[in-house]
Amino acid sequence: MAEPFEPKLTAFVCNWCTYAGADLTGTSRIKYQANVRVIRLPCTGRIDFMMVLKAFARGSDGVIISGCHPNDCHYTSGNYHARRRWMVFRDLIDFVGIDLARVTFSWISAAEGAKWASLVNETTDRVRALGPYQEIGKLAAAGIE
Amino acid sequence: MKVGYYPGCSLSGTAREFGESMAAVARALDIELAEIPEWTCCGSSSGHMTDRLLALALPAHVLLKAHDAGLAQVMAPCAACYNRLATARHEIEASRAAKAQVEKVLQRKIESLPRVLNLLELLAQERDHIAAKVTRRFEETVACYYGCLLVRPARITGFDRTEDPVEMDKLVAAVGGKPINWSCKTECCGASFSLSKTSVVGRLGAKILRDAVARKAQAVVVACPMCHANLDLRRSSINRRLAAKTSIPVLYITQVIGMALGIPAKQLGLARHLVRVTLPGPSAQTPPAPRPAVQ
Amino acid sequence: MSRVGVFVCHCGENIAGTVDVAAVAQAALAMPGVVAALDYKYMCSDPGQTMLKKLIADERLDGVVVAACSPRMHEPTFRRTTLESGLNPFLCEMANLREHCSWVHDKGPATTAKAIDLVRLQVEKVKRNRALAPIRVPITKKALVLGGGIAGIQAALDIANAGNPVLLVERSPSIGGHMSQLSETFPTLDCSQCILTPRMVEVARHPQITLLTYAELEKLEGFIGNFRATIRRKARKIDESLCNGCGVCQQKCPVKKIPDAFNEGLANRSAIYVPFAQAVPNKPVIDVASCTFFKTSKCKACEKLCPTQAIRFDQEDKIEVHEVGALVLATGYRTMPVANFPEYGYGQLTDVIDGMKFERLASASGPTGGAIKRPSDGKAPQHVVFIACAGSRDRAKGVPYCSKICCMYTAKHAMLYRHKVHGGKATVFYMDVRAAGKSYDEFVRRAIEVDGVSYIRGRVSRVYEEDGQLVVKGVDTLLGGEPVEIRADMVVLATAVEAQDDAEKLAQTLHVSYDPYHFFAEAHPKLRPVETNTAGIFLAGACQAPRDIPETVAQASGAAAKVCGLFSQPELTREPVVAVVDRQAPPLFSSCTGCLLCKDACPYQAISEEAIKNRAGEVIKTVAQVNPGLCQGCGTCVALCRTKAIDLQGFSNQQLFAELMCI
Repeated sequence: MAEPFEPKLTAFVCNWCTYAGADLTGTSRIKYQANVRVIRLPCTGRIDFMMVLKAFARGSDGVIISGCHPNDCHYTSGNYHARRRWMVFRDLIDFVGIDLARVTFSWISAAEGAKWASLVNETTDRVRALGPYQEIGKLAAAGIE
Repeated sequence: MKVGYYPGCSLSGTAREFGESMAAVARALDIELAEIPEWTCCGSSSGHMTDRLLALALPAHVLLKAHDAGLAQVMAPCAACYNRLATARHEIEASRAAKAQVEKVLQRKIESLPRVLNLLELLAQERDHIAAKVTRRFEETVACYYGCLLVRPARITGFDRTEDPVEMDKLVAAVGGKPINWSCKTECCGASFSLSKTSVVGRLGAKILRDAVARKAQAVVVACPMCHANLDLRRSSINRRLAAKTSIPVLYITQVIGMALGIPAKQLGLARHLVRVTLPGPSAQTPPAPRPAVQ
Repeated sequence: MSRVGVFVCHCGENIAGTVDVAAVAQAALAMPGVVAALDYKYMCSDPGQTMLKKLIADERLDGVVVAACSPRMHEPTFRRTTLESGLNPFLCEMANLREHCSWVHDKGPATTAKAIDLVRLQVEKVKRNRALAPIRVPITKKALVLGGGIAGIQAALDIANAGNPVLLVERSPSIGGHMSQLSETFPTLDCSQCILTPRMVEVARHPQITLLTYAELEKLEGFIGNFRATIRRKARKIDESLCNGCGVCQQKCPVKKIPDAFNEGLANRSAIYVPFAQAVPNKPVIDVASCTFFKTSKCKACEKLCPTQAIRFDQEDKIEVHEVGALVLATGYRTMPVANFPEYGYGQLTDVIDGMKFERLASASGPTGGAIKRPSDGKAPQHVVFIACAGSRDRAKGVPYCSKICCMYTAKHAMLYRHKVHGGKATVFYMDVRAAGKSYDEFVRRAIEVDGVSYIRGRVSRVYEEDGQLVVKGVDTLLGGEPVEIRADMVVLATAVEAQDDAEKLAQTLHVSYDPYHFFAEAHPKLRPVETNTAGIFLAGACQAPRDIPETVAQASGAAAKVCGLFSQPELTREPVVAVVDRQAPPLFSSCTGCLLCKDACPYQAISEEAIKNRAGEVIKTVAQVNPGLCQGCGTCVALCRTKAIDLQGFSNQQLFAELMCI
């Protein structure tokens, strides 16, 4: 029997809040599961949601998107744009057949180190229970571009 | 025009003259007061002191009866009935949870409830009509007393100013009267303490009448049976607490309008008051010039 | 072909204790494009940095990945090292192996695998990094201070004393603001005008300050370092160069019954007037709406009698355009009008006044010479009730915030009243007493213990008039909710501090953000309290939030320091993490279609239209253009762009997708 399934998570985080919050998790030595790979962005407003789809296409089993709380964006309104896009994109993901439970959208501030740890742990556990994400891979294998 | 009419318990009892004068004035103005068939108790103070759901369900029941009778609007002359009906309508519209609870208790779905008006709201719409029909100007100096429930709470009533209302004053002015600017327009009269602790009504009523009399009012005008009872029926209790006893009469706004429209005193029930209604007519002594009513 | 060097730091035991750093370096060497990799105990130390520089030179590296702590920690350090070794600093990236890896995971293969992945992400990114140069923007070294109250005065003086020219614009005929209306200031009971007027005079005399009073800002164009301000200088109808401030015109003006705004309506002024005796500049203004000549073409008494022939009835407003490099907003506040309070008489009760009116009564240079008198009959009130929190902290009918200064000025008013009317009684109805500044609590205790002011914790539900007195109905909550009824002679409301009524319009003119109460918004409430999100525009004083004089002065100096910092450089240098719109050869010119969605999305108005013209001057295409001086690099526009014509340097699409590809 192969090794037990360990999910691969990709996290898109904003530099000013969530990345800093994750740094705080480190400084506070709060442990969490090692399945996540963080992609640093200046702001969640920078996220083109096609990147999220690409993450799934490339083998991620789950995606985390996290930025500054509404009203606190370092660039004033980037997180509002992200939130609006998420509202639309969420329905699209669902329509396309990706289980919404694989995607987590959250606000984590630079002071919320513990929240980052618990978010990663929860998401990892949840995605592990869902199993590997295979849909796009299956389509590709069947020769569908 | 036709409007649903909810007399409540007092209009055939202690406020009989209110009902009589209202019917007479409505006739004169071609307003049909369509009494809600088989109306029931609105709950009044006892309702909302006992149980919140009861306090919503009782008025809702009344409004549903009105709705079934095809009435789009309901006018309740008693300020307490008016406030309970309006509050119930407001709460049911605002909260899905409240609506669900009431529907469960009443065993029926509520699609819509008729609008609730108080007497002053209704008469305010007819002010020009009233002014046009005046045959004998009511040239008295009066203090308009609004009491507590006609204009408060503002988010339920949505009518007139809360601390210094003017709609009754405007009606009195429209029939030739001189409403004074005074400080006790909305001061508490003691309300239901009338029964449980009358001395409170005596003390609070004394304050109200002292101010009216000091500003040279010849009469106090009210639009609510409770206000009337406490200032008229409880006059002896009030006078015990006044240095100078007063016999200032208390009139219903419908009686004032009725007099101006030439309706005979008997139809207006003027003799039913405890404090005799004597009005000096255009007074020889000019009262102090009122401060201009503010918008 | 890329030549990337990977440097894995042990960070003592911080990283090496959990991650197999040697294995990470070895794995890095196997990654495509990596030509050198090493691991070392402390990369940020001197020897570590020397190692970095040496390897860059020896291996001719064109990209560097330092796998160590968080970039938020040491990115500037390693970028500087890279720069020193001759390589463009933006070709250096950091992989966070400490905060995001070694510190949060247990020792084991999974942790090392993650570390390797993190390094791989940054290697792929850095291969697509481009050398970027910092952006240079010229600066006009002149500041515009908008508002001539104590905040504007302080900021102007600080900037001018540092050697920079300042333009101070004030819309009323004199500078001084609300502070000039106050009698004494807490907690010292300093005479307000005595401490203010020397500063006003200093402003007027300062060689670096140009004072424009009776003037307003109409339009602001441009960006940081390069603003163009259009200012309307309203016509005073006086030739200021001839007027010597003798005051004859005011004495002889026949129109004398205009309620004086400076004295809060307690006194009258003439149609030609100077707002107060210590006005700077001490030159009058004709109130055209009240002047007999302007209404009926008769009179002209002032013109006939002016000893220097300074009256100019035909003077017109003048529009001036000034080039400035920075703005300080110091437009101040107003107080909520008494008419807002139905339960306190709708503003109709003459003896129910607000704090500002009380200041004018108490002021030695005020209409009553400092004597506390009832506005109705001029008698001294024997019992004054002060109501705190009138309109503040009130979600139902007022504003939810605390106006900060009222607890202190109420105590001050009560004290002044007791000092002036010895037998008088003062009662304050309060919710809480907020006296958090230096010597503030002692001041309030003095009012209570020494001056005998009664403090009742409770609100006032109604004030009405009876027999020439005011009946105040309140409650004493500390006595279990006992109703209190006081027959007072005067009631003073501590009304809420609000933003100026045209604050919203001004904010929109300047593209400055504001909050729901129209106070101007700071860039960050904790760490950037004197800046706005609009680069080059700074905040001072109560226009940002209610505050007292010491804080206002401190903040004004802070804003001035920012301005001086800006002006101290020959040019403005900015991080090149900015968006750029793609340009290509004709006939396409750009993949931008000109939809300009990015323009509206940009929080900094950094995007404008650019018209691409042919040789004949005809417009072929309109595309978006990013002003690198304004762009802050958030990337919202990039994510919005439908054709991917706009990209963010430093976080480009290519870089990010490369990172994604290796997960």
